[in-house]
Amino acid sequence: MAITYEPIATTTLGSATPTVTFSSISGSYTDLVLVFNGTNVTGLASTGLRFNGDTGNNYSKTEINGSGTAVSSGRDTSASAAYVGINSNISGNTIINIMNYANTTTYKTILGRGNVPGSSVIGVRAAVGLWRNTAAITSVSVTNGAYNWTAGSTFTLYGIASA
Amino acid sequence: MPILGIIASSRLAAVGDFESIATVSVGGGGAATVEFTSIPATYSHLQLRIIARTNRTAPENNDYLNVRFNSDTGNNYARHRLFANDEGTVSAVGTASIAQFYLENFTAGGSAANAFGAAVMDILDYKNVNKYKTARMIAGKDENATATGQVIFHSGLWMSTSAITSITITPGIGTTITQYSQFALYGIKEA
Repeated sequence: MAITYEPIATTTLGSATPTVTFSSISGSYTDLVLVFNGTNVTGLASTGLRFNGDTGNNYSKTEINGSGTAVSSGRDTSASAAYVGINSNISGNTIINIMNYANTTTYKTILGRGNVPGSSVIGVRAAVGLWRNTAAITSVSVTNGAYNWTAGSTFTLYGIASA
Repeated sequence: MPILGIIASSRLAAVGDFESIATVSVGGGGAATVEFTSIPATYSHLQLRIIARTNRTAPENNDYLNVRFNSDTGNNYARHRLFANDEGTVSAVGTASIAQFYLENFTAGGSAANAFGAAVMDILDYKNVNKYKTARMIAGKDENATATGQVIFHSGLWMSTSAITSITITPGIGTTITQYSQFALYGIKEA
């Protein structure tokens, strides 16, 4: 049996930063998993991914949100990032599965889950995102679209290999 | 102790915790069935990671996959799902005594070109011979257009105490799973 599930890289911010990027990602895995834990400097925001430096409106997502006793769903169409997680200035966790990232035939689908504490903001989110590009993903950038990530925030990228 | 699925992603997995058992990449012409057989009983849990699309006829843009364990076609499965689409609909449904576990939803013949649905399915304590088997899944599809996006949580029950040794996957409404779909089965080891 092939042994798999490997950490590729971890970034712990020493100062406030708008975007964290993992680059030169090997194509030797089946899937990638991005794990974020931390905060931004301002308030509630969505955690988003961009691939291969593409800042065009080539991303979309569908989401379900829970906040207190309320539940909602919605979408982004033709967005500049796939905002499949959430974060805030209090806390935030987002884990994103980047499926079959190295293939050059399909658009890339990602599955994200995020949560933040507090009763007055969205508490949990699950979402599916799409990057409309068939290129292999070689870099992943993590953004919240509006605010800087706070010093101390951590970002880890894992690779899962297949048989 | 291994932790499953998305939760597992939040920890640094020790080398050897998570092993690739087998991967099926669907080739030209598609596949009517994807099957994993002779699954070894050397793990605590299984994880199935999927991107998929079926040939369900356009204009339909979604389809599900049927999952059965050990080729059991009896009404020995149950499921519950929490569903949301991109039009603001959120719903839940449970179904008892059915002949398969549903994985919902993936793209289909009426979907945007190159768009595939994705899922991560955890099958817990799969080799235990003293209790029924429980599975959970997160899945979704998005096509950058209204009325195409769905995100779904599932739980599933197989009412059998047999150890799971095989997993069979077939399209729900379409007849084949489309080329470039991929199914990767992993085992998560116990301490």
